[in-house]
Amino acid sequence: MSQLLLDVNGLTMRFGGLVAVNGVNLKVKNRQIVSVIGPNGAGKTTVFNCLSGFYIPTEGSVMLKNQQIAGLKDYQISRKGLVRTFQHVRLFQKMTVIENMLVAQHRHLNTNLFSGLLKTPNYRRLEKDAMEHAAHWLKEVRLLDYANREAGNLSYGQQRRLEIARCMVTQPELLMLDEPAAGLNPNETKELDELIISLRDEHEISILLIEHDMSLVMGISDHIYVIAQGTPLADGNAEQIKGNPDVIKAYLGEE
Amino acid sequence: MTSSKLYNAIFAAGIALILACLMIGVKLDTDSSVLAVKGATAEQWIWIAVGISVVFLSQLFSAQVDALFGAIPKPNFKAVLPQEKKMAVLKPWLISAVIVGMLIWPFMVSRGTVDLATLTLIYIMLGLGLNIVVGLAGLLDLGFVAFYAVGAYTYALLSQYFGMSFWACLPISAGLAALFGFLLGFPVLRLRGDYLAIVTLGFGEIIRILLNNWTSLTGGPNGISGIDKPTLFGLEFNRRAKEEGAMTFHEYFDMDYSSSYKVIFLYLIAVLLVICVIYLINRLMRMPIGRAWEALREDEIACRSLGLNRTAIKLSAFTLGASTAGFAGCFFAARQGFISPESFIFIESAIILAIVVLGGMGSQMGIIFAAIIMTILPELAREFSEYRMLLFGLLMVVMMRWRPEGLVPIKRPNLELKQQ
Repeated sequence: MSQLLLDVNGLTMRFGGLVAVNGVNLKVKNRQIVSVIGPNGAGKTTVFNCLSGFYIPTEGSVMLKNQQIAGLKDYQISRKGLVRTFQHVRLFQKMTVIENMLVAQHRHLNTNLFSGLLKTPNYRRLEKDAMEHAAHWLKEVRLLDYANREAGNLSYGQQRRLEIARCMVTQPELLMLDEPAAGLNPNETKELDELIISLRDEHEISILLIEHDMSLVMGISDHIYVIAQGTPLADGNAEQIKGNPDVIKAYLGEE
Repeated sequence: MTSSKLYNAIFAAGIALILACLMIGVKLDTDSSVLAVKGATAEQWIWIAVGISVVFLSQLFSAQVDALFGAIPKPNFKAVLPQEKKMAVLKPWLISAVIVGMLIWPFMVSRGTVDLATLTLIYIMLGLGLNIVVGLAGLLDLGFVAFYAVGAYTYALLSQYFGMSFWACLPISAGLAALFGFLLGFPVLRLRGDYLAIVTLGFGEIIRILLNNWTSLTGGPNGISGIDKPTLFGLEFNRRAKEEGAMTFHEYFDMDYSSSYKVIFLYLIAVLLVICVIYLINRLMRMPIGRAWEALREDEIACRSLGLNRTAIKLSAFTLGASTAGFAGCFFAARQGFISPESFIFIESAIILAIVVLGGMGSQMGIIFAAIIMTILPELAREFSEYRMLLFGLLMVVMMRWRPEGLVPIKRPNLELKQQ
């Protein structure tokens, strides 16, 4: 039943002589939450950058729904349904919340200059759909009341939620979250936890997660990959990872 | 008062002294066919001393001066303007009142005033065009005048060599300027900020130097003269028709000839063009493409991650901004009747950029006000024309202290959402 959505094989990224990522394999199935963990500087974000097309991987293949996406442009990859958030929130600060949501739906809108200038029925319909879709997702992350505020004026937790909502309106199949819980208080982390689970269970998408908050990772992940110094160290479910001596060694150092 | 303040004040006064001595204190003059260095007069020395003491004191008491600046009340437009709901009702009426006023007004004032208003309208067009590139898309363009020049020369050359009319050349000028915008856009796609500014600056100079040196085509520094004025459905505004059998405006309507008809007609064309440009850009700003420009200014990386093709967005900003300048250029050539590379120097780009910055990046209202101020102030201060750049600088400093976000900062559109 659960098909393979993302299949990464032997992903390697070199910057000159520095090997940042070395032979990483990842598999994400439909409706799965998969986490990537590892000490600071292990190359987790580099993996994300390779998958989302910000870097072109030196070696290895990235298959999304049995289609090779390594080497495609970043915007082409996100149009195929693989969308990411960032370690540091990247919103369109000076624009309102609702405008942020509309920009994200750019490719679903009628961007023809003339139909926009003439307000053709097709243009109006798509514009209206986009507004409704945006409103739906703002409600989902409890930001509907802030729709006309400038995004930069929201609190940090709200900005994090807006970033996720902004990804969701692009109708992705795989959402990649880069440290979504960084800077959140325990309450907000708990909400985030529920939001991620609802994304999987109700909206039927897969999530690839980088996170340092172990209680969050262990609680929600269906599968966990551990990377240390750019090399895959272990993978398995939460119990297997917790008991793996290599992982403990990588995190705590040798005795 | 700390000693660092005193030190600062002495330092600033010292620099002022050195500069004043060099620039005002000594003067080269011809003394019966021999160059001689002359000192300043006693009166000038007194002024220099006064100036230096002003610098010294203002630095010493800078905190108090700042407090004074802070005490100047910021204009509260909200209190003056009616409430938002009333505004929505009043807006169409206000706009039509302004348009009717602009149409009637030229018949009541002098020729010179109408001419100045026409010039202002050209700068409004240019400001609105640059606003797309700088204000919305956030791409600093210091060579905007190049597209203005392309528009102007397109009409001048087509009119001179092929005898084409103003109305036919208007879209061609805009199109050709857009093409140049597109061509410039390609090499600068990866550049941002300072680097982009330098390349665009160079582009502006390339166009000017090309026009200056391609003498066989453009007439070089002599420019092109005798460019045809626009006609009203074929009716000319000259005393006598250029071609046999053609009618002039005053003959057709059986009126006495007056040269002010031509000036007013040009003004009305400018009003028409400006209204078109304002309407089009206003629509663009509310369209997906306008939102994408602003998103690109805010965060390019986020744009890419959301599936926006930044190449297309940047190129469209350059192209549409340039085509607006092409419009303005075509009209400029028709109004002047004579153009030369002198009209398209760097300082023009700087003035247009100043209009955008003073008005408030991205804000159309602000740019219209700023364009009016920037063209009318130099006219009012004719006696101080030597100090024009000084006043210009002073205006910039005052604006940056008083309203750094521009005269009328951009207002975000309020989008109604259906509460579900």
